[in-house]
Amino acid sequence: MAYTEEELKKELETKEYEYGFYTDIESDTFPKGLSEDIVRAISKKKNEPEWMTEWRLEAFRGWEKMEEPEWANVHYEKPDFQAISYYSAPKAADPNKSLEDVDPDLLEMYRKLGISVDEQKKLQNVAVDIVVDSVSVATTFKKTLAEKGIIFMPISEAIQEHPELVKKYMGTVVPTTDNFYAALNSAVFTDGSFCYIPKGVKCPMELSTYFRINEGGTGQFERTLVIADEGSYVSYLEGCTAPSRDENQLHAAVVELIALDDAEIKYSTVQNWFPGNKEGKGGVYNFVTKRGLCETNSKISWTQVETGSAVTWKYPSCILKGNNSVGEFYSIAVTNNFQQADTGTKMIHLGKNTKSTIISKGISAGKSQNSYRGLVQIGSRAENARNFSQCDSLLMGNECGAHTFPYIEAKNRTAQIEHEATTSKIGEDQIFYCNQRGIDTEKAIALIVNGFSKEVLNKLPMEFAVEAQKLLEISLEGSVG
Amino acid sequence: MLEIKDLHASIEDKKILNGINLKVNAGEVHAIMGPNGSGKSTLASVIAGKEEFEIKKGSLALDGENLEDLDPEERAHKGIFLSFQYPVEIPGVSVTNFMKTAINASRKARGLEDMPANQMLKLIREKSEMLEIDRKFLSRSLNEGFSGGEKKRNEIFQMAMLEPKLAILDETDSGLDIDALRIVANGVNKLRGKDNAIIVITHYQRLLEYIVPDFVHVLHDGKIVKSGSKELALELEEKGYDWIKQEAIV
Ligand SMILES: Nc1ncnc2c1ncn2[C@@H]1O[C@H](COP(=O)(O)OP(=O)(O)OP(=O)(O)O)[C@@H](O)[C@H]1O
Ligand SMILES: [Mg+2]
Repeated sequence: MAYTEEELKKELETKEYEYGFYTDIESDTFPKGLSEDIVRAISKKKNEPEWMTEWRLEAFRGWEKMEEPEWANVHYEKPDFQAISYYSAPKAADPNKSLEDVDPDLLEMYRKLGISVDEQKKLQNVAVDIVVDSVSVATTFKKTLAEKGIIFMPISEAIQEHPELVKKYMGTVVPTTDNFYAALNSAVFTDGSFCYIPKGVKCPMELSTYFRINEGGTGQFERTLVIADEGSYVSYLEGCTAPSRDENQLHAAVVELIALDDAEIKYSTVQNWFPGNKEGKGGVYNFVTKRGLCETNSKISWTQVETGSAVTWKYPSCILKGNNSVGEFYSIAVTNNFQQADTGTKMIHLGKNTKSTIISKGISAGKSQNSYRGLVQIGSRAENARNFSQCDSLLMGNECGAHTFPYIEAKNRTAQIEHEATTSKIGEDQIFYCNQRGIDTEKAIALIVNGFSKEVLNKLPMEFAVEAQKLLEISLEGSVG
Repeated sequence: MLEIKDLHASIEDKKILNGINLKVNAGEVHAIMGPNGSGKSTLASVIAGKEEFEIKKGSLALDGENLEDLDPEERAHKGIFLSFQYPVEIPGVSVTNFMKTAINASRKARGLEDMPANQMLKLIREKSEMLEIDRKFLSRSLNEGFSGGEKKRNEIFQMAMLEPKLAILDETDSGLDIDALRIVANGVNKLRGKDNAIIVITHYQRLLEYIVPDFVHVLHDGKIVKSGSKELALELEEKGYDWIKQEAIV
């Protein structure tokens, strides 16, 4: 298994090339604004086939006719879509930049999360020395996947190498004109991941973008497509607990999952975009469309821990098309200071005996607003569909808000739908009790919050859960006076 | 060990403690009795450092150190333990996890490393056996859905785990069945030693048959109006509080 120095170097070189680190940067940033020409230029830049260009253009034309939605319980200044530059080449590490140039608060947070110095550098686009460990991990990883026939690569590569798969599935779950942000994404996306698990294959490890070296920075318009062929299984991890500070204020990703007959997809997200400062300045707007399609006997689980962003608008959903298919949504959404989150899920029951579970835990602190918005829809042919929803809110202090908007549309009488909701406050008595046992207030809150979120934390893959716990703690630091 | 002098405390301008004097030496057990609403739990909370209560006058000190400027957790680190009259529930946090967090917080305050897992397990095993606590219990959420008696036993389990210098038991006996009372009292007695002190707040003589006090005090209207030996508790059981209230007025 050991690599020679030479092989290692080579491997690294090709990686750097692969991910465009040292490619020619002739025009690294497009002029601001969006038009058909810009869409064409993006497609050309990516060397895309004609059908892809057409697909983007169709999305763009749809988008032009659409209005930015206003129904969510969030208030923000609408981005000027003509003031954004829609293509910029991956940034090379700045050789003159060192960790000393990075915001000390951010570094402190990295330290608390236990992120290594090399990773810190990578996150801040500081040049990294060769980390032999992670290189060999990535290499072994790639090899194992290849042996199983699993495809896991940047979506732009997949468009070149597996056009038949991309063409067949992309846009089938989230149509190009599904909504304003999805349409925008379809027109201009430049990066993201593609994953295909062949028939009957159980992916032996958690797939994580983390392993795609030098692709630490997530794009503004990310596009992810995961296809689990019949009888296969995959667990996919998105995001990273490390706080990402990004100059791009608007993020509009699209994620499509396709679980064919008897397949299972577990999709876990930890989202920690910059939430803005204590005064509510800055921060990322995160408008995401995530949806999964379940064929017969298949299962899709969404698990998310949302602590970042100034404004979050996100509803991972399942279309339970096949009979006996199962959809799950487990969510923890934390808002602090001036953050606003409107998040939840949609469970669309179309097949017979379909089942869905929704567990949502909202934690609000500071002056934040946290809304759960969920739709459970039972189609007329969905005999014996079942849903269980539980939405719990935990409030800290008197200035924050928690809201629950559950919508139920049942067109079949055999449906069984249960909805439970609770709202609680972290009590002075609970904190005093912990204090009395020697636990300080900050730790006490972490303990109570972790207890509150436990059902969801338990759904995360082990190492992710530990990080997520730490993240919850840090996100709520200083939230009590 | 504990020295309280002319302590006055109020909440929202309502006076509750009106000049408490109490001295508890290491090795002693003090019982505090008194009618409902006389201020027993308030006194316990003030010693533990609950911030809602404002100290208007007087002082309280542990081993000569003024407690007033210490946060509740700092007092806990110094060895003060309060078994609550009404223990609170913390959903999703297991008894074990809670204890682990508490013990390690105190250790950290003393500059010690986290307790190694095997040592923690051993301690948990030992103390839960002593208090005849079912293991399954320890993985349940703290106090959530516990019966009244279970909550009290759990408080004493925590006390046993933390081995405090000064333990204040606020009506730990109420809610316990006869067997549980014996088991819990037994657990408390194990803590007794020349370096520890215990304050037992109770309404009933029964507990004091098991945990024999060196002194008994009667609290009335936020003041200790009578102190005596263990026989005083018997007398109260027999005659009630009226005669003491009378005496207090005179
Ligand atoms: N948070 C509070 N706000 C207002 N009044 C309070 C508060 N806490 C206690 N009191 C009042 O202080 C007085 C003493 O209460 P405390 O709980 O100390 O009594 P106690 O002696 O422990 O009674 P019991 O035997 O019923 O437990 C009572 O009149 C009570 O109503
Ligand atoms: Mg009381």
